[in-house]
Amino acid sequence: MTSASDAPDHGFRLSQLIYDTRYRSLTIQVVTLILVMSAFWWLVNNTITNLTALGKPINFGFLWNRSGYDIAQYLIPYSNDSTHARAALVGLINTLWVSTLGCLTATVLGVFVGVLRLSHNWLVARLMTIYVETFRNIPVLLWILVAMAVLTEITPSPNAYKVNPTTGEAANSMLLFDSVAFTNRYTAIPAAQFDRSLGVIDTPLAPISLNFLAIAVVLGASIWVNRKLLARAAKVQDETGKRPVTWWKSLAILAGPLVVLLVALGFHLVEPELKGFNFTGGTNVSNSFVALWAGLSLYTAAFIAEIVRAGIMAISKGQTEAAFALGLRPGRTMRLVVLPQALRVIVPPLISQYLNLTKNSSLAIAVGYMDLRGTLGGITLNQTGRELEAILLMMLIYLALSLSISGLMNIFNASVKLKER
Amino acid sequence: MTASSQRPFVRTNMLAPEPPPTAQTGLVKWLRENMFSSWLNTLLTLAGMFIVYYAVTHFYPWFRHGVWNAASLAECRQIIAAEFGEGATGACWAVIRDRWTQYIFGFYPADLFWRPVLTFVLMLVAVAPILFQALPRQMLWFSIIFPLVAIWLLWGGSVWPVAMVAVGFGLGFLAMRLLAPIGVMLGVAAAALTAVLFWMFLTGPIDDALSKVVPIALEPVESRNFGGFLLAITLGAGGIAMSLPLGIILALGRQSDMFLIKAFSVGFIEFIRGVPLITLLFVASLLLNYFLPPGTNFDIILRVMILVTLFSAAYIAEVIRGGLAALPRGQYEAADALGLDYWKAQRFIILPQALKISIPGIVSTFIGMFKDTTLVTFVGLFDPLKSIPDSIRADFAWKGTYWEHFLFVGAIFFIFNFSMSRYAMYLERKLKRDHR
Repeated sequence: MTSASDAPDHGFRLSQLIYDTRYRSLTIQVVTLILVMSAFWWLVNNTITNLTALGKPINFGFLWNRSGYDIAQYLIPYSNDSTHARAALVGLINTLWVSTLGCLTATVLGVFVGVLRLSHNWLVARLMTIYVETFRNIPVLLWILVAMAVLTEITPSPNAYKVNPTTGEAANSMLLFDSVAFTNRYTAIPAAQFDRSLGVIDTPLAPISLNFLAIAVVLGASIWVNRKLLARAAKVQDETGKRPVTWWKSLAILAGPLVVLLVALGFHLVEPELKGFNFTGGTNVSNSFVALWAGLSLYTAAFIAEIVRAGIMAISKGQTEAAFALGLRPGRTMRLVVLPQALRVIVPPLISQYLNLTKNSSLAIAVGYMDLRGTLGGITLNQTGRELEAILLMMLIYLALSLSISGLMNIFNASVKLKER
Repeated sequence: MTASSQRPFVRTNMLAPEPPPTAQTGLVKWLRENMFSSWLNTLLTLAGMFIVYYAVTHFYPWFRHGVWNAASLAECRQIIAAEFGEGATGACWAVIRDRWTQYIFGFYPADLFWRPVLTFVLMLVAVAPILFQALPRQMLWFSIIFPLVAIWLLWGGSVWPVAMVAVGFGLGFLAMRLLAPIGVMLGVAAAALTAVLFWMFLTGPIDDALSKVVPIALEPVESRNFGGFLLAITLGAGGIAMSLPLGIILALGRQSDMFLIKAFSVGFIEFIRGVPLITLLFVASLLLNYFLPPGTNFDIILRVMILVTLFSAAYIAEVIRGGLAALPRGQYEAADALGLDYWKAQRFIILPQALKISIPGIVSTFIGMFKDTTLVTFVGLFDPLKSIPDSIRADFAWKGTYWEHFLFVGAIFFIFNFSMSRYAMYLERKLKRDHR
């Protein structure tokens, strides 16, 4: 792009704006700026004209009006007396909830499938290939709808779990030691209960359970102490060449305080019980949530499996051979040599899969799970008729969500990537 | 010599080699190595066998009992019960047989089915020279005019507006050829100006005059009648054709040295990639009319196609950026050393290599886009995955059919996408120039 010609000695001519490489890029940028700005102005001007003609200038005040509709699934207190803003928040939390759970299960399943696809076992490798190709090549919407159809069409109604008084048997029995029941309306699972509860703090945003807070604090502290222990073990290993045995200490540090705390709080699971026509006692998870979660996880897991497979295959065989030559056992070779290097290849595309899953969670609309798009971009939009404001706000929230996920994951990526000097 | 004759026995010829032990050959060895090499492997094999067994025993009867000839689900069930006994389950493929036209054409008028079919065949002809280098290059001319032919065939109406669009492009191209020797920028600007002026001032009168003199017209079909795979393929093919050039431009913009160009490209790409497609589709269906001058109202399929194109262009731009970044710095420097200007360097040196590296990513973006065309169900278009089955189930005769629909639609999507990914692998192998 740079030219070696001498600078002309005569004054500035207008044609230099196009032909002189020193000025040309400036010209192009100014022209682009003018074009973009005028296009933007044109769009905004049209929008304002149209909205004024319709008599609804841009106004976000509707967010503080009473919403007047119910949401079936909410994690923070909500009623139809709450505001539209509150409904949007409920939706956002539902989005985050299903995305987080989806990312977790998709990662576990994906790593599992990806590793098995590389297995020398002919049958298992073929089965995993079929799984990956089937799920990758068919739209996620179909998987969500299939999951929903399985739950609503194949599972029995709660009534079918009723024990027949004459025979003493039920048409259907619950799974996992009578703790889980799939029905055509919801999945009944056990609920956590604390006999000696610490109570809750009421904040305007959401009530915070002190029990869970205490568990989180204790877990955090245990993990911190455990890391100190491992760091010390590594130091001893560096100095003496012998690594102290740590596994039982780690186990004690991680599990001990938690168990003590749970016993102190009187923690136990309440299993769902059929009372009348419905299960009570436990938690009834709506089918729309389970279907969305399952569909998203199964679909994304197929992609993650491919990423994991590619990551492991990207590590040259020489690395494994070198590790064997040093006398490392296969397990340690995987853990100390192959995985740290594979992680570097795996993490960047994994981030974009997490982002995809979060964005795909907006398909909740297909099964009626009330996520951000269902509340703010669905019922609120339809009730208030504020398309522009609602969609704009929804896009900004999704954008902020995506940027923060990729920001967080980039920090993680920086910690695993090759440290170059 | 006599000593040897005293020996009781001397073997004079070699024995044929013994066959290896059965455990070391053939199926047994293969099984031992591939399925039962360790206890973990054996466990996995047994689990795999159980899954296969379970799947076959549960789903095979359902397929075997499938009924192809029936007028309703109830009739299907009667036939299955009569043939295979009470309580037997079976697929009711009759619903697909009865409604397959709806799946393929949506609500397109039945007497006009030849038009989408002809368009599809022509599409194959237009795409063939792009996909396979062995075909004569002259066929590319047809590929260039095909989009306009397709628009006319699918939507119908008078041929002249479409022809005017083509003439506008032709005039613009001519203007560019004439002015390109003076300057590329000037050529592009002149081309755009000529085409726009032609469309704004000359198209109307010429169109009116020609329509009166030579009225060639097809029966018009409205966009809301489009549906099923016709809609999915229209959106997918249109989006693919438009998003690749746009994606390349965005990728070049993002790599540009010019600050503003780079900033606009990055902003656009990151914004589009940060929001779900569904919100963009809502923009297309609800907001696009606000953004345009009062009274403008254009076709919903076109609106959706524009947004789908923008969406996948942002993803393609990122894929191509990866390809550009993967090129060694020396390639750029070599192009500069040869004295090529920016566009020539991109055309002859950089892009051919960068695009080649990006092929797998580009194709998987296309596959993703084809899958995403199913989301148009949420803005009221009849996609083959949700709207069409829902509308079929609304008919009382087919109420309660689920799995047949899922299997049929899933199989068609699978065939399309799987062949796209296989083609990408073929292309990757063919274009590979390094010697390994």
